[in-house]
Amino acid sequence: MELLGKFNYWVIFILMMIGFYVVIARGNLVTKIIGLNVFQTSVFLLYISMGKVAGGTAPILHVEGAVYSNPLPHVLILTAIVVGVATTALGLALAVRIKDAYGTVEEDEIYAKDKRA
Amino acid sequence: MITENLPALQVVLPLLGAPLCLLLGRGRGAWLLTTLIAWIGLAISLTLAWLVKDGEVIRYAFGDWPAPWGIELVVDRLSAYVLLMVSLIAALVIPYARRSVEREIPPEQQTLVFTLLLLCLAGLLGMTITGDAFNLFVLLEVSSLSTYALISLGKDRRALTAAYQYLIMGTIGATFFIIGVGLLYMMTGTLNMADLAQRIDPLEHSRTLRTAFAFITVGLALKLAMFPLHLWLPNAYTFAPSVVTAFLAATATKVALYAMIRFIYTVFGGGFSFTAMHLEWLLLPFAAAGVLIASVAAVFQQDVKRLLAYSSVAQIGYMMLGLGMASLTGLTASLLHIFNHAMMKGALFLALGAIIYRIGSSDLDELAGIARQMPLTMAAFVIGGLSLIGVPLTVGFLSKWYLILAAMERGWWPLVVLVLISSLIAVVYIWRVVESAYFRERPSGALVVSEAPISLLAPTWILVLANLYFGIDSSLTTGFGGAAARTLFGAG
Repeated sequence: MELLGKFNYWVIFILMMIGFYVVIARGNLVTKIIGLNVFQTSVFLLYISMGKVAGGTAPILHVEGAVYSNPLPHVLILTAIVVGVATTALGLALAVRIKDAYGTVEEDEIYAKDKRA
Repeated sequence: MITENLPALQVVLPLLGAPLCLLLGRGRGAWLLTTLIAWIGLAISLTLAWLVKDGEVIRYAFGDWPAPWGIELVVDRLSAYVLLMVSLIAALVIPYARRSVEREIPPEQQTLVFTLLLLCLAGLLGMTITGDAFNLFVLLEVSSLSTYALISLGKDRRALTAAYQYLIMGTIGATFFIIGVGLLYMMTGTLNMADLAQRIDPLEHSRTLRTAFAFITVGLALKLAMFPLHLWLPNAYTFAPSVVTAFLAATATKVALYAMIRFIYTVFGGGFSFTAMHLEWLLLPFAAAGVLIASVAAVFQQDVKRLLAYSSVAQIGYMMLGLGMASLTGLTASLLHIFNHAMMKGALFLALGAIIYRIGSSDLDELAGIARQMPLTMAAFVIGGLSLIGVPLTVGFLSKWYLILAAMERGWWPLVVLVLISSLIAVVYIWRVVESAYFRERPSGALVVSEAPISLLAPTWILVLANLYFGIDSSLTTGFGGAAARTLFGAG
């Protein structure tokens, strides 16, 4: 029961490892970016789920005696999402430029072309 | 009024300057604005260093939200020291940038270079000055994202793959770092570094804390290119535009190292990091291997830019070595080398940039005989190289002297031998460049070139002279570095 009670962390770390694996194992530059996104999203979930209090609501000051969830991690993650979007945009833009320059987004083909040059 | 807000201005000025720069568009406006901001930034850093030189700590509550709720900027001797290094390099590299950028970057992208340089500068200064762990992540990403874009502006198409590779590794590093910070927040409910340090103390045996420590260390090690996590660095430095390489090599990895020192000593505390976690057994072997392997790799490079990039990996190894010794002298050596390496690698990459400006290549064979046509530039390169090797009267000697002292204090003789051997290897790779430039004939049919223009030579020589000046009168660097190290040890 102890282990299942923390199922949110199980989900987060499984997602994290899936994302990390895709980044390392895949040779396609676009797939790598998707893996990176999954990896980052799992961290967002880590922050958000730690702020949750069972039965807690949004922190609105007027409601008397209510239980609040911690809003700070949510705010932090808004910032992190913006950073994540910027990273994804830049990564994909680079992939487009690489496609223009090399004619492919497969890592092994790019290395082969660089070696020949 | 102004003095009170200096810590904020240090970061906010370049941050606001970046979009302004973009609006100014083509022409010299963007460069002038960037130079102005870099120089004002240097003046601010000097003032801040002056204000904290006797050990005061300036705490600035951003937007008047008191810490630990609001974001706090903290200037103590350590952060003032690193701020000074970053702004000094920026103030010298940016005047140099105009001619070099005109040569290497197409006109429509030139404004972008200055915009991105300012963003990168803002991120690096912010990382140094902030007292908030999450804010550090955001500024780390500000500087990293602009760095990826800057690298991709290189002429060769391999610049794109280098930037992509760095983006992937850098993002993994930064994400590891926020996982660590998240775990810390989970345990303590705070993100302010000073507050974290107090609340971590009673948690020493918690496994979550140890996991957080591991994530933060590995994340930052990726960003600072600790061997064997350095794989992004050689390509990134080789294919980036010359100015970008000089700026990054002198600042970016050092600021990440500073962040690591901050976390190890200020947040986690030296006691936890070294006694409970035995960080030295992670740092020392990797640092030693990095120093040796990267130095040997540098010997076999055909491209001088790549040669210097591998040497950077080795030099980062020295800094990690000092850090890993976990002693006051070791930490002083490490802090000293942060500043000194910025000066020597800055000078070397700027001199190389001036050569690339004239002949358009950094290949060892195309450099043959260049010393006869560009004597001043090559002389700068030679003095920078001597400093890299660690010849007395240069700053390189001082860092190595402290490093060897620290190793002898501990009685770790193999490390003393290692530092000496790697210095000898540095002689070999610097000699290869000198041999080519001084003792070979110009290749037949090569362009006849003249000395580099003054706007390239002046910044290079200022850095070269700084190498000599701080090598002889080291009261500023050892004074500040030593005092900062003592404060860290006193607190840890």
